[in-house]
Amino acid sequence: MSVKIGGVRLPHHKSTENIATVDFPLPKKLVLPMAQCMGAPCTPLVKKGDEVTVGMKIGDSDKPMSVPVHSPASGKVSDITDWRLSNGSCCKAVVIETDGLQTPCPDIKPPVITDRKSFLAAVRESGCCGLGGAGFPTHIKLGFDPQKTPIDTLLVNGAECEPYITSDYREFIEAPKDVIDGISYIMKELNIPKCKIGIEANKPKAIADMKKRTAGNANIEVVSLPSTYPQGAEKVLIYTATGRVVAEGELPAHRGVIVMNVSTIAFLIRYIRTGVPLISKRLTIDGTAVTKNSGNYRVLVGTPAAELLEYCGAADYDKVLYGGPMMGMALDSADRPVIKVNNAILAFKDIPETKTTPCIRCGRCVRACPVKLMPVSLESAYDRGDTAELERLKVKLCINCGCCSYVCPANRRLAEKNQLAKGLLMNAAKRK
Amino acid sequence: MSLNVSPLPHIHDNISTRKVMLMVIIALMPACIAGVIIFGPMALLNLAVCTVSCVFFEYILRRIMKKPQTISDLSAVVTGLLLGMNLPPAINPLFGVIGSFVAIGITKQLFGGIGQNFANPAIVGRIVLMLSFTGHMSTWIAPFYYKNTADAVTTATPLVTKDADYLSLFLGTTGGCIGETCALALIIGGLFLMITRIITPHAPFAFIGTVALLTFLAGDDPLYAILSGGLMLGAFFMATDYATTPLTGKGKLIFGIGCGILTFAIRKFGSYPEGVSFSILLMNLLVPYIDRLCELRPVGAKKPEKEGAKV
Repeated sequence: MSVKIGGVRLPHHKSTENIATVDFPLPKKLVLPMAQCMGAPCTPLVKKGDEVTVGMKIGDSDKPMSVPVHSPASGKVSDITDWRLSNGSCCKAVVIETDGLQTPCPDIKPPVITDRKSFLAAVRESGCCGLGGAGFPTHIKLGFDPQKTPIDTLLVNGAECEPYITSDYREFIEAPKDVIDGISYIMKELNIPKCKIGIEANKPKAIADMKKRTAGNANIEVVSLPSTYPQGAEKVLIYTATGRVVAEGELPAHRGVIVMNVSTIAFLIRYIRTGVPLISKRLTIDGTAVTKNSGNYRVLVGTPAAELLEYCGAADYDKVLYGGPMMGMALDSADRPVIKVNNAILAFKDIPETKTTPCIRCGRCVRACPVKLMPVSLESAYDRGDTAELERLKVKLCINCGCCSYVCPANRRLAEKNQLAKGLLMNAAKRK
Repeated sequence: MSLNVSPLPHIHDNISTRKVMLMVIIALMPACIAGVIIFGPMALLNLAVCTVSCVFFEYILRRIMKKPQTISDLSAVVTGLLLGMNLPPAINPLFGVIGSFVAIGITKQLFGGIGQNFANPAIVGRIVLMLSFTGHMSTWIAPFYYKNTADAVTTATPLVTKDADYLSLFLGTTGGCIGETCALALIIGGLFLMITRIITPHAPFAFIGTVALLTFLAGDDPLYAILSGGLMLGAFFMATDYATTPLTGKGKLIFGIGCGILTFAIRKFGSYPEGVSFSILLMNLLVPYIDRLCELRPVGAKKPEKEGAKV
């Protein structure tokens, strides 16, 4: 079956791609919400007044679908507060006053890995989750059942299709050996015979370098992907790189693929070598409101966005995003801290006022949708509250990439309607 | 500092309804200018009257209904131009005012305004005038009459005479409606809309192709058939109207083929020499069914289970 995947061409704005990563100065205060990734939030393991060291575990949960949180700095726990996340849900947050010494935790040592089980346990202990943005716990993804869902391909996501963001690209450029070593390690540990590295064609240097480094290895293939958004969306990437279609209700594993972000892979191998858990992230700081020092920074998890923006000369901004301008989340306050899954903080000013006008049925949304949904029909079904029609039109397959809203000449919030429609269906199912 | 919080995406393509309509207006300009050059001041007057009255009716009706004003989206200008282009050059401009009321008042605003109309406003306007004032609507004047004499010289359209040469059909120096005769100008406008991706080629090519094929099979001259009458105008600018044509490529193809079959049938067997408007109107009515038939299958969607499926 040949399907032409839609999507849109976006202006790339990747002006930070040639700026090497620098360490961001240690902030005075770090805020660590206990919900850093998909899954159950952690319970704090420290209390107010406790001394913490770099890499010390400060939050964990007994739920399988969760990963621990570690302290990114040494210092003192100044508070444990109730925290409302940007998405509205609540959890605890540990506030750390840093002491500037960055004393490492004595427990930090490379994990002992003897078999598959100890490998997965180590992955969980690292605090690792999908660093591309979704934050799916990595030990769950890697913990597939080889009997039920044999995996033949490890697909490395280096598409980075969002405008502005260059943090994954810098991983390829600055730590190519970690990427290759990480891939080989995971392939060996989990018995995955093949690997494909998907990189968008707008990163020719990364493609050429990866090709050179994998030239001797027939099992690793570098795939140049078309530079269209949303190339990095899991299902789209799987389709372009392998031709496989992940059907409704299936995981990539059902099609023999697991997809991992390039930064996740490079982090994992560094953890296996050093035992330093996930406490910092490379972030792209950019956007129209960032006047100087836009670039890539290694930032401790918990650093308030406002501090990053101030450092980068953004004093006057109207909108701050966690992530890219297509799928990123708009922050209600710049005091929100960096979390594990962030790969960019973007600040914009002079947001044009948008006015929604009536739908003219131009069909742009239909042509743009990478999943081939009909956003125009979904919108009217949602407005009527027609749950049967929403089911029939498969709103649940929407990946919330935002292409439909992006291309709409009437400025209709089609992607938002799809999310609301999913909620409507969930509530309807609960009531049954 | 208060921040702007909104759902994704946070950027937007540089497009608006107004821009789309502006592109269509630009695309219509070559044919309008050609019509004015060929048919003189009366053509200009009729185009102007239709455009102004369409905008006027849109404005006044939105006010009366206390609805948000929509004239700035320029869709009424497009309707006005299209209606004007579908009138005989020397017709009394008052007919254009009546046509504009039918187009904007009845066909568009009564059904909820832009995007909600089930039929193409300009086409309904033209058809109502055609059926109500057939004599006035089928009095054609000779090209360039205004250069020689103040009085209009009547002529017949090439669809009736069947004796025009290809060059004059291509350049539009034949009898006909203001904006329909110059195939060259219409093709330029149509290609402009396709290159700028305002319209897709499905419907126009299916429409013109079907007429050409059927005419050829019937033993007539296909080139003559596609260059004469309102086919180019209808195919490029009215069979591609967003609100009244199908959403998907497949649907647009079916729509175009249907228009082509009907146009051919009316021209060949009907009592009217031209069938483009009727065919588009008839196909407009089928759009909801075509849309349903041509729904896309989402990537990865599983087929509905047997028991739940109703055909």
